Amino acid sequence: MTYPMSEAAVADTRRLNSKPQDLTDAYGPPSNFLEIDVYNPQTIGVGRNRFTTYEVRMRTNLPIFKLKESCVRRRYSDFEWLKNELERDSKIVVPPLPGKALKRQLPFRGDEGIFEESFIEERRVGLEQFINRIAGHPLAQNERCLHIFLQEESIDRNYIPGKVRQ
Amino acid sequence: MSFFSFGQSAEIDIVLNDAETKKKVEHKTEDGKKDKYFLFYDGETVSGKVNVTLKNPGKRLEHQGIKIEFIGQIELYYDRGNHHEFVSLVKDLARPGELTQSQTFDFEFTHVEKPYESYTGQNVKLRYFLRATISRRLNDISKEMDIVVHTLSTYPELNSSIKMEVGIEDCLHIEFEYNKSKYHLKDVIVGKIYFLLVRIKIKHMEIDIIKRETTGTGPNVYHENDTIAKYEIMDGAPVRGESIPIRLFLAGYEMTPTMRDINKKFSVRYYLNLVLIDEEERRYFKQQEITLWRKGDIVRKSMSHQAAIASQRFEGSSNNEKAVAQNKEDSN
Repeated sequence: MTYPMSEAAVADTRRLNSKPQDLTDAYGPPSNFLEIDVYNPQTIGVGRNRFTTYEVRMRTNLPIFKLKESCVRRRYSDFEWLKNELERDSKIVVPPLPGKALKRQLPFRGDEGIFEESFIEERRVGLEQFINRIAGHPLAQNERCLHIFLQEESIDRNYIPGKVRQ
Repeated sequence: MSFFSFGQSAEIDIVLNDAETKKKVEHKTEDGKKDKYFLFYDGETVSGKVNVTLKNPGKRLEHQGIKIEFIGQIELYYDRGNHHEFVSLVKDLARPGELTQSQTFDFEFTHVEKPYESYTGQNVKLRYFLRATISRRLNDISKEMDIVVHTLSTYPELNSSIKMEVGIEDCLHIEFEYNKSKYHLKDVIVGKIYFLLVRIKIKHMEIDIIKRETTGTGPNVYHENDTIAKYEIMDGAPVRGESIPIRLFLAGYEMTPTMRDINKKFSVRYYLNLVLIDEEERRYFKQQEITLWRKGDIVRKSMSHQAAIASQRFEGSSNNEKAVAQNKEDSN
């Protein structure tokens, strides 16, 4: 005797089966560890030849970066160089840098201009946001210029642009 | 409209025979409002009465014929002048002559084919309506009555799950699974997202339902996307091996069945969009089409009833009571 197939009055909403998670995966360090600090600003030089450098320290466990820890000194124009390289070579929309502050570089100001403490701090925060935004971008991580910026002592402006493979 | 205060005019009123008992459903109008209309299915007879009421009693109404039409048409908003009629039936109610008093005419369109579901969209409208017309020398008098048609389907024989591994090389690998590829409008999407590799900092994950209305052909194809639903399924950063469940109830959203290439004029398709958002607001997404269909409440009852009759014919009388009782239970 066959009865007509009647559909369930209430839909089956039980969870789909899934593999239980490995405990080392659950409680181990995550695979996306990436921290970059821009700090310790120092103004070097005298008079009109002064400029400010910032320490850029990176700690990561991403395999694409050769060094898991690195620490380099960079100035504002180095950040500008990185922005230009990425705008030219990568497909990403590069976030904005903190302002160039040209007005602050004019003479006859009442304050220290671009060497004013509050301005340096403002710029430091902007640069930190900028570099963290970029370094976490999967497409930017493939660019040689980013690796040079973060992990090489000095930036070779004559480098050969290209992609980094894992 | 008559510019003269003398002369005769009339009001037309269309009344369906089963107006008292027939089900009405809500349907969106072009300006977004919701109205109620009588609901019809494919093959159903459309019958009723046309009441012609003379405005000035005592005066005659001369006319060139009275008729009623049943029309199913597609109207593209960018091409309003051209109505594409895919159903066009006409019944003559009166030959040219004159009416001396108000009169009622019966009509019946038997077992009318209604192949498509009524649809009011962003760029296109498909509607069914009755139109009664009194033809006159200078100006016709007509009245339209819209009805709504729903197309029903039954549970598909083949309804495989959707399971896929996607990602960005060396950055993010996930496997997503949805329990079916075809869902009815009151169904539940049951699924899961399994993380294989997570090298980005994910903030949260959501699943959206996107409706895409496509009009036009060839080089003039136009897609209109509308996000019908946004449903957050995960808040926080997952790691490898984590499985996030999905349970999305479709009854809460206003959707139509999937409509593919209707009369070669338009399509309405639905997509599930899985979106992951990272800490820098970057979005990673994967779109997947699903088929939506309308389940009938009536169909099940009549099928059970037919099956009960069939079982009586072949299984012997001792099982009759059991079969009828079972079906009574099912249809409750």
